[in-house]
Amino acid sequence: MKKKSLYYFIPALVLGAALGSVVGKYDHGIALWTNLWQYLKTMLLLLPPVFVLIGLFEVWVKQETIEKHFGESHGISAWFWLIILSSTTIGGLYVSLPLAYSLYKKGTRLRLVYGFLGFSTICRIPMTFFEASFLGLKFTLIRYAVSLPLVILSAMILEKSAKNKQA
Amino acid sequence: MTILYILTVLCTIFSLVKSRQKTIKALKIARKKFSSILPQFLTMISLLTIFTTLVPVSRMSEIIQGHNSGLQLIFALGLGSIVFVPGFIAFPLAAVLIKSGVPYYVTAAFTSSLMMVGFASMPVEITYFGKSSAWKRNLISLLISLLIALAIGFLYGEF
Repeated sequence: MKKKSLYYFIPALVLGAALGSVVGKYDHGIALWTNLWQYLKTMLLLLPPVFVLIGLFEVWVKQETIEKHFGESHGISAWFWLIILSSTTIGGLYVSLPLAYSLYKKGTRLRLVYGFLGFSTICRIPMTFFEASFLGLKFTLIRYAVSLPLVILSAMILEKSAKNKQA
Repeated sequence: MTILYILTVLCTIFSLVKSRQKTIKALKIARKKFSSILPQFLTMISLLTIFTTLVPVSRMSEIIQGHNSGLQLIFALGLGSIVFVPGFIAFPLAAVLIKSGVPYYVTAAFTSSLMMVGFASMPVEITYFGKSSAWKRNLISLLISLLIALAIGFLYGEF
């Protein structure tokens, strides 16, 4: 089966199973339906505004601007701005992915794209507050101190390996 | 969520004032991009649905607790890598783990891999960045989660 059609087949199967078991009143099926509905609701509330912002970004922000600050010859400060930018993202990795792709298409250097993805998983503001209040500030500080340099390092490794593959 | 909507509406209004044409173009881009990736997103939530029906999030702390600490670490990384849950569910759950005697480093492995690794979102990631990039990034993130856990364990004096 082609991969593209798999992306239609799996959702259809789960939806079918969920609907079928609600009609048939299977306990597991009702849990399936509740979970599916929860995820669907979250996703359909979160993604449309994100994509509207992506559309606006693509229309208004000039390619040269992005290339100048986040392109091949970016400075150290680019990493800093990425951390600020990614800390304002919400939802999770799946929201950052389309954002990262748009940054990439506008001429952001690949390692900064990976940096953005990584940062957005470790320094989202609401998440940080939850973490510090439930697990303590020490926990959060250690996590930041370990993961920030590792994300930068891994972004460079990922860029290098992507380039080697092309060559 | 509310902030996101306020921001989006304000940006759209601002854009409309500056150029009606460009705004329409932006909305068209948004619709096209959203609808072309929607099947992958639906696949992602289907995978999440199947998994959380088999292993409810509320049961995850039980699953992690009932083993020796080596297995706990593996379960924490494994469960954390597959699903993702919002912070307001993940961190209370992590606090429950700590209260029930699970070490800090196991908890760190769980919350870090929850945030950084997303095997459920692979369909989306593969479409945007390719199969090899998606696998590499997720595996490296898994490794970083493990290193965070080790650092936490070391600095909390758990080893």
